[in-house]
Amino acid sequence: MELFAQQILNGLVTGSVYSLVALGLTLIYGTMNVPNFAHGQLFMFGAYLSYALVMRAGVHYWIAMAIAVVTLAIAGAVLERSVFRPLRHAPPLNSMIAALGVMLLLEAVAQNIWGPEFRHTDTPYGGIVSLFGLPVAAHRLILLGAAAASMMALLVFLTRTTAGAAIRATAQNPEAALLVGIDTGRVAMATFAISAALAAVAGALIAPISLVYPAMGTVVTLKAFVIVVLGGMGSVTGALIGGYLLALAESLGGTYVSATYQDLIAFVVLALVFTFRPAGLFKAAV
Amino acid sequence: MHLLPWAALLAAVIVPLLLPNEYYLQILTQGYVFAISACGLNVILGLAGQLSLAHSGFFGIGAYALALLATKAGISFWIGLPAGVALCAVSGYAIGSICLRSKGHYFAIFTMAVGIIIHLVIQKWESLTRGHIGVIGIPGPGPIGPISFDSTLARSYLALFFLVITVLAISRLVRSPVGRTLMAVRESEPLAAAVGVDVMAAKRLAFTISASLAGLAGGLFAGFIGFLGPESANVEMTFNTLLYVMVGGIGSLAGPVAGTFIVYGLSQVLAVLQHYQMIIFGLALVLLILFMPAGLAGAARSLMRQRVSEVKPS
Amino acid sequence: MMLVEAHQLSKSFGGLRAVDRVDFSVASGSITGIIGPNGAGKTTFFNLISRALPASSGRILFDGRDVTALAAHQVARLGVARTFQATTLFADATAVDNVLVGYRQRTKSGVLDALLRTGRLTREEGEARAASRDALAFVGLDAFAGRRAQDLTQEQQKRLAIALALVAKPRLLLLDEPSAGINAEQTRGLISLIEEIAAAGVTVLLIEHQMQVVMQLCQRIMVLDYGRKIAQGTPDEIRTDPAVLDAYLGRH
Repeated sequence: MELFAQQILNGLVTGSVYSLVALGLTLIYGTMNVPNFAHGQLFMFGAYLSYALVMRAGVHYWIAMAIAVVTLAIAGAVLERSVFRPLRHAPPLNSMIAALGVMLLLEAVAQNIWGPEFRHTDTPYGGIVSLFGLPVAAHRLILLGAAAASMMALLVFLTRTTAGAAIRATAQNPEAALLVGIDTGRVAMATFAISAALAAVAGALIAPISLVYPAMGTVVTLKAFVIVVLGGMGSVTGALIGGYLLALAESLGGTYVSATYQDLIAFVVLALVFTFRPAGLFKAAV
Repeated sequence: MHLLPWAALLAAVIVPLLLPNEYYLQILTQGYVFAISACGLNVILGLAGQLSLAHSGFFGIGAYALALLATKAGISFWIGLPAGVALCAVSGYAIGSICLRSKGHYFAIFTMAVGIIIHLVIQKWESLTRGHIGVIGIPGPGPIGPISFDSTLARSYLALFFLVITVLAISRLVRSPVGRTLMAVRESEPLAAAVGVDVMAAKRLAFTISASLAGLAGGLFAGFIGFLGPESANVEMTFNTLLYVMVGGIGSLAGPVAGTFIVYGLSQVLAVLQHYQMIIFGLALVLLILFMPAGLAGAARSLMRQRVSEVKPS
Repeated sequence: MMLVEAHQLSKSFGGLRAVDRVDFSVASGSITGIIGPNGAGKTTFFNLISRALPASSGRILFDGRDVTALAAHQVARLGVARTFQATTLFADATAVDNVLVGYRQRTKSGVLDALLRTGRLTREEGEARAASRDALAFVGLDAFAGRRAQDLTQEQQKRLAIALALVAKPRLLLLDEPSAGINAEQTRGLISLIEEIAAAGVTVLLIEHQMQVVMQLCQRIMVLDYGRKIAQGTPDEIRTDPAVLDAYLGRH
């Protein structure tokens, strides 16, 4: 029973990361129709920035996270302006290849700055607390709370503010959004900034309890794609719930089915979905 | 203009004789092998317009087929190579039939998942593939009659032979009704279907050819190097191959070959580059797609067009 | 003798019925027009006939054969050719290569023929080139065979799209707004081209916005409004039909 509870907790922790990254991916896909293969690399940079600030510059954990989030938000906006906006009217193939290029570039830059070694970040919440008799690293609870708070903030922003409404409208129908006078260029830039910021939050949150290394983003990108495809490309709720579901499936499957093939679960699920629904789960095959 | 291929071939025959040492000869041979793989990716990406990210998965299937047949069953290189290609053709046909029902972004994501699955299976199925340790002692090509392939020089010519066959085959395909059918699918699927093209069959054909060529390259790779690890089937390999194709010129005949030699050659020869290799690769991919999406071949083509129109203004 | 028959043909997108239980037929050898206000479902109806879209319900017969379950390329090979509203071509290919693709359905050469350059390939390439030259000449583009499709003028592109549709000798030609985007004089040229096509024995079904083009060309006209057929008849009957007048004038 304790093993089961631990696995549920692990699933929720990993799920928080998956959901935060998948939310950004789905927002970008919805508003710009770009599958941002580089999204996990933004997450990786968030983790590295918080590592560098905490461990090398001695900055406080939360301040480090704030700096990482702001930096990544700016980087996301710059990326949108310099790479993806010029490709808006090019064939879809081009923006996909550009995203792959950005992905390779970011990973290589991280490798050059911080080297290939595994890194670890300290947290002010290094202790173990007891949760209903279950010993839990305190930072995991902080992670769960902070991730949930970020997602709530995003939902409030999307549903209660004009800017958020513009993003939702664009995600639902870009042409119509343009017709009703929404500046889709600004929406795209804002979406990229917000999505990169969410990825940075995820990276900074996971850095103290997981290893930080240049390739850490790739797997997360791929998992996020699985989630977004399952939840519906462009769907916010789908990404949110899908992230937790996939992580729970993985941690339970890895424990009770096969640890060796744990990483395969997500991709097999994706392949199965596409095999039977070539256009994804939530879009009608026209 | 028609002299150019012959000049390139002549250079390819002479250059190995001039190289100062074995190291360069090995790089050259690897270059030929990766160029075959790049030509394969170009068939599905450049000719049919579909971004397949499962490419190195098929490279791995071809390589492991040869390696395992040789080390486990004692089957020779000359049987293992076609067996690997055939396996890639069959699995390519089957996987293509499923993946190609998804379009555009979905196809890219689907094939990426397939590529990862192939890589992970190779990596995790330790009883068959020895996982991370990899397969060692893979025998190279045995002699054919009086010709021995034990020297690096002979192997480089063997790789060149397969590359020339590959380019020749693709060039005949491009200039045939089959090639025009693929062009039609790439340019507009609805119009292609409206004039009677079976779009699915055309894409599946391109995918099968592409997978087979990746398998051929994988088999040669395994036989020449003599050992094989799961990283040969890594998705990163697909990204490298994608870069070769993009640099040389997507959809052009010589582009993927030229791109492979420029990118792979430079990265191996210039030690300075090695440290910053992936930074340069990534940046190159982004800049190319932004400013030169048709690659070097495309730039050369528009330059030619410009010069022609300067000579005889229309 | 009816070449095309639609029975209770319907297409829904979500809750919207774009084509709503339409019964319609096209006589062999005729020029038939489909008109209707914007959004009346004309192009959707075309897409159903050419099988570019699957029907939600109803049946389509071509030459007496039920084609409702066939794929677009299969219907094309039976002899249904079409052009698209936003003139679609293989933009980066030359005019002659465009037309050659259209002839592909008549040839059988495959990969092996291409790799081995078989006699069949050479023979079929000869046939294909001859047919393509004829088709280009028929639409008056023989001088532009080597020009890239995207470098042609709007009118030339329209003619090329027709050559591409005609090269495989279809029995039915669907034209989606042939006169859109070209001037009055070019339209007159296009009208006589369509008349020549019909005279050569090809049944023509066209969607058209310009009323005088329809009235001049078509023996029979169907009027769609909100996906429903509201009238069908000769140009004179349509001109005086109260339902048509209401659909066209009543809302302005």
